[in-house]
Amino acid sequence: MSPSAGSVGPVRPQRARFDAPLALRCGRSIAGYELVYETYGTLDADRSNAILVCHALNASHHVAGWYEDDPDNVGWWDNIIGPGKPVDTNRFFVIGVNNLGGCFGSTGPMSIDPATGEPYGGDFPLVTVEDWVEAQARLADHLGIQRFAAVMGGSLGAMQALSWTRQFPDRLGHALVIACAPNLSAQNIAFNEVARQAILTDPDFQDGRYYAAGGAPTRGLRVARMVGHITYLSDDTMASKFGRQLREGGLRYSFEPEFQIESYLRHQGGKFAGYFDANTYLRITKALDYFDPAYETGGDLARALAPARAGFLVISFTTDWRFAPERSREIVQALLRNGRDVTYGEIDAPHGHDAFLLDDPRYHALVAAYLDRVARGLPTGASGEAGRAPEPEARA
Amino acid sequence: MKGPRADHAVIAGLVSPGAKVLDLGCGDGSLLRYLRETKSARGYGIEIEDARIPACVRNGINVLQMDLESGLSGFDPGSFDYVILSLTLQALRNSEHLLSEMLRVGREGIVSFPNFGYWRNRLQLAQGRMPVNGDFPYHWYDTPNIHLCTLADFEAFCAPRGIRVLERIVLHEGRRIHWAPNLRGSLAVYRFSRATG
Repeated sequence: MSPSAGSVGPVRPQRARFDAPLALRCGRSIAGYELVYETYGTLDADRSNAILVCHALNASHHVAGWYEDDPDNVGWWDNIIGPGKPVDTNRFFVIGVNNLGGCFGSTGPMSIDPATGEPYGGDFPLVTVEDWVEAQARLADHLGIQRFAAVMGGSLGAMQALSWTRQFPDRLGHALVIACAPNLSAQNIAFNEVARQAILTDPDFQDGRYYAAGGAPTRGLRVARMVGHITYLSDDTMASKFGRQLREGGLRYSFEPEFQIESYLRHQGGKFAGYFDANTYLRITKALDYFDPAYETGGDLARALAPARAGFLVISFTTDWRFAPERSREIVQALLRNGRDVTYGEIDAPHGHDAFLLDDPRYHALVAAYLDRVARGLPTGASGEAGRAPEPEARA
Repeated sequence: MKGPRADHAVIAGLVSPGAKVLDLGCGDGSLLRYLRETKSARGYGIEIEDARIPACVRNGINVLQMDLESGLSGFDPGSFDYVILSLTLQALRNSEHLLSEMLRVGREGIVSFPNFGYWRNRLQLAQGRMPVNGDFPYHWYDTPNIHLCTLADFEAFCAPRGIRVLERIVLHEGRRIHWAPNLRGSLAVYRFSRATG
């Protein structure tokens, strides 16, 4: 990172309203909706320097910077986005957006259903990665951006970046696919199902209609987050951070938290349940489970990614057992089969799945080098095809 | 600007224009970049060292961070015109397997390696010491080079394994060596394919 690297400073969320109904993969549609987003940097006159940042499970549109009235609320990817940082806001116009179904201001289960005048609650449709990408494309239209220089994300955010390359191949130059998997494994789905069951069986859940009652299934949400959190950390990180450390000198022979890891998980669960919505959590875990671009091509990922025209930067982390490097290599192999330009970094980081959020110099140097090429309009692959704007209509 | 490395220029001479290449142990990507600029070649490099991955990106080549020792299982048969192994053969643990993998995923293979049979190496050995010189800058105790060979060794390796040498270029300090190459040449470049029927 350059010495001048800094924060984008105070930021303000914005809101866009979309009146045209959006047909969803589940067969239902949303009559109209709002998306909350933030932008950093300046959009070029030719509107070619935009980067869309897609968020993962528990994050939001607040990707970088901080709020004037809440300076401690720093964006979730602030360490990589800002002036002089790998995603350099002196060069790029960066957009963070809260996805449809979210709980940070975009239309979601907490919003009022115009048909009933009540919050959607449990009636809010199940949304998919593809639906989010559709909604994000409309936001791009709204901002006058025909084509992104890059779409990027980690984990579930990376799945959206990958989906962009199939759904709108001509609308992005590059995809940065970090800590991703081409679909969830049975083990991944199993963890999600445990999390959902914790929420669904909480008596306060009430079929998702808990807003009116003023309560929320916080016990279930807390357990859901605890389960999820375990999968984000590596065994090594947990061992070195907590080991078998006790909170107090000796054993107490009780169910109160005795080991440090227990109190850490309870703290994380409690904190999360305080700001996140259970209906949103249920839907986001389902979106993860459903994501499987190769489903329609009989499991052939290369065929599923055949429409892609972007250049790819794929990054995995060696200790990520939730979305292990092998899963990223499946994506790389599919891209090789299609002859796409792809760079693949496998970062030997100890932090498990969470590594994508952390400031690892090797990881950040790779993103910085890649986006530097993108910013300068240079090829990122030996073919030099990636990132090129689509040719005007082919000559006959 | 510095000219291309001697073996890079030779390798470029062996590659047909527009070829699809895979460069094993591609370092900072300078060979692939050179092949793109001089031969319009395209393809991918494989490299394991963290610091070299951004260097490859800066050279504008596709690089995949992978360990060559685990083979090329992520690559489909016949998916490249050339698979190149430049000054890396001697440092591989599983060199025999990798050479066969090269001809599985590529139509042809190109290897370059320092010739251990070069007279200066022989002289140092005759004097009772392991060679340490420009081509072999390491000592016996810190060298990454574990599979050193001579031209004769490499050719004896290829024949019984159904590997046909298509072209051999031997150099010393950038000049072609035609006479007594196994003695006078310090750098060897081979182009080879699977011997058919």
